[in-house]
Amino acid sequence: MPDLQTYFRTEHMPTIWCAGCGHGIVLGAVLRAIDRLGLDKDRVAIVSGIGCASRAPGYLDFNTLHTTHGRALAFATGLKMARPELKVVAVVGDGDLAAIGGNHFIHAARRNIDIATVCFNNEIYGMTSGQYSPMTPTTKLATTAPYGNLERNFDLCELAKAAGATFVARGAAYYARTLSGLIEQAIKHKGFSLVEAVSQCPTYYGRRNKLGAGADMLEWQRTHAVTAEKATGLSREEMADRFIIGKLYEAEAPEYGEEYGKLIERLKGGR
Amino acid sequence: MSAEQSRVQLMQGNEACVEGALTAGCRFYAGYPITPSTEIAELMSERLPRLGGKFIQMEDEIGSMAAVIGASLGGLKAMTATSGPGFSLKQENIGFAALTEVPCVIVDVQRVGPSSGQPTSPAQGDVMQARWGTHGDHPAVVLCPWSVRETFDLTVRAFNLAEALRTPVILISDEVVAHMREKVVLPEPSELKVVDRPRPTVPPAAYKPYGPAPGDEGRDDYVPPMADFGSGYRYHVTGLFHGEDGFPTGDGEKSAALLRRINAKVEHRRADIVQVEREALDDAEVVVVAYGSTARSALRAVRDARAQGIKAGLLRLITLWPFADEAVREVAGRAKVLIVPEMNLGQMSREVERAAHGAARVVPVSRVDNELFTPDEILARIREEA
Amino acid sequence: MARVEIRLSGEGGQGVILAGIILAEAAAIFDGKNAIQTQSYGPESRGGASKSEVVVDEGDIDYPEVRRPDILLALTQEACDKYASSLAPGGTLVTDETFVQSPPKVDGQVYSAGITKIAREKLGKEIVANIVALGVLVALTGVVSSEAIERAVLSRVPRGTEDLNRRALQEGFTAGETILHRV
Repeated sequence: MPDLQTYFRTEHMPTIWCAGCGHGIVLGAVLRAIDRLGLDKDRVAIVSGIGCASRAPGYLDFNTLHTTHGRALAFATGLKMARPELKVVAVVGDGDLAAIGGNHFIHAARRNIDIATVCFNNEIYGMTSGQYSPMTPTTKLATTAPYGNLERNFDLCELAKAAGATFVARGAAYYARTLSGLIEQAIKHKGFSLVEAVSQCPTYYGRRNKLGAGADMLEWQRTHAVTAEKATGLSREEMADRFIIGKLYEAEAPEYGEEYGKLIERLKGGR
Repeated sequence: MSAEQSRVQLMQGNEACVEGALTAGCRFYAGYPITPSTEIAELMSERLPRLGGKFIQMEDEIGSMAAVIGASLGGLKAMTATSGPGFSLKQENIGFAALTEVPCVIVDVQRVGPSSGQPTSPAQGDVMQARWGTHGDHPAVVLCPWSVRETFDLTVRAFNLAEALRTPVILISDEVVAHMREKVVLPEPSELKVVDRPRPTVPPAAYKPYGPAPGDEGRDDYVPPMADFGSGYRYHVTGLFHGEDGFPTGDGEKSAALLRRINAKVEHRRADIVQVEREALDDAEVVVVAYGSTARSALRAVRDARAQGIKAGLLRLITLWPFADEAVREVAGRAKVLIVPEMNLGQMSREVERAAHGAARVVPVSRVDNELFTPDEILARIREEA
Repeated sequence: MARVEIRLSGEGGQGVILAGIILAEAAAIFDGKNAIQTQSYGPESRGGASKSEVVVDEGDIDYPEVRRPDILLALTQEACDKYASSLAPGGTLVTDETFVQSPPKVDGQVYSAGITKIAREKLGKEIVANIVALGVLVALTGVVSSEAIERAVLSRVPRGTEDLNRRALQEGFTAGETILHRV
């Protein structure tokens, strides 16, 4: 077992997260991945936006940047270009990434800039106490969807893939070890990567939708997450409330920062 | 051709801005195309990679402001340029830079607004937005050039002030100054002072990202040393109110101390930051207070008035914010009337009135029909008031 | 020489913007005077009327724009109709007789030269009409020296077209001088 304590700024804990929240498990998975990769703390930057998940960097002993709502990837883009040697990990929530930050998300993916993005997806705006997000499933209740959500939710992984991300995976808090492995691959991958980490918000999503406490929601993850192989054997109806976990896509493509570096070299040569 | 002659160029204001930025050490630009600032982005995309710097055209104005702050945290001098609609979009992150004390330069080439307005026509309607555009109490340093050469000089100065004060600095130009081509001889880099942000000298374990440098303890207006991300000083940056250690705090006293300090660090250096130019003021009874391209029309009007025997003068505001209270007060004490022509419905004229405090009458003059003031219009007002 | 205001007008594609820049560079860089060039942007810069303005002064230039041009070049009838009345009293209006059939009456000198015709027929390239125009303008007004305008033209035009542009300028000088001798 790695000593994760060394990665925490323990003097700034406990976290703001509620009892039963899945974010601590997801954050643990991020740190285990970093630990396995043996990264130098000075060479890691954790960038976040606004929301419950985005408070994570404050607890971590790296170069940490807690930005404005939705803009984590845009700040991260500038930082990564200025400091290509840094491993830049963006820690964001589903509202942060898919709603207000949607534009930065698809364009960071399109550029294939080397940023590993971990989206803590609890399907709700937790920090502001339970409004629906672009990841809230249709019909679910939220403070701004008192009659049930009329909107359709995103498939974040498909969106990332379509936008040009070169590593896409989904994990869940319940399957923390698998999740950590996926995050490890994402950080190692050169290019833009997304790991959607299905988390749970018992306080503002679970309670309102009668999904039970944190443990019940984890149990739901256990029984509703399927691997891609298993999913192929399931009918559409059977898949309706299930979700696929595992690596979903990987490709090689020129990485933006590296291409920019090549441009600088080429111009030095006078061409 | 003499050495001097070989350095003479005919250059656009926007080009001079790029030259100034590069001379000041700018090595990162993020932007989004918008008239009438686009030439800055175009030229940066060509020049920066040749200097080992980086240019990126972001997906929107908000993202370009964010990328600039990210790059500055990485240690690069960074800037963006925009015009009214984009300037509006950048405001939230300008506030982030002010609170987190990340140096950066924002160029706003003013066009007629609000909204899409008149994209290719000059205006001066953003001067209050440059002061109060982002929410909350925050410092503002805003410089306003009236010529191509001054666009170069003030861009250098914008970087120097941003770095020295660890704060966003705004260069507010207008369509006339940005697009006209004017004869310039740019200074040699060796003739210029280039300032870099204070960086920590203490070992990482002793580093407080928002604490005073050794020797600054006890000051309420200190500029904390700033470490580059990745340089071994692991620290936290947040747009939440934070203590000297950089971590969020709900403590009222600490919050107040932070807010007061980021304002005081500009306010207490007012004398160094505020620049004005005085023309024919010694015995002036009618003084035109103007800035940007309007001041060029005003200068012509003042010269013509003098030729007609009218005791007219010009006070030109080079630094718009902090406001030149002292200079206005001094002029108001001696003049009968202050005429304030602006290509807006009267924005800075209120500041002039506040600073004059009744010592002289203040006459706002507006022009908002897409055109620069003609000297004759201002001359007519001078004659009326003389 | 005191302040001189010049307005070059025509339609999009005739190269009046570039001509203005060259004229300003001739004055500022090669004649050692002060110069400012401005132009209209936006929809006006795409097709339709186009204008480029230059202020030349031995002293410093405060107000940067042209109010009443001392020298007005009109390459089209439309531009001529639009701007002729703005000419300063006693100023000089130069029109391209290829397109301007009826130069208006103005308080000043009016000269007509076959600018585009010369470019087309003597140089085989209509695109150099703007350079011919500069030659005509300089010969008629002396607003910049002929050496300065030649150096400014050569430093601005694309590599490989120097000879063509030098000849265009020369044809312009000749046309301008011919007019002066005729007068």
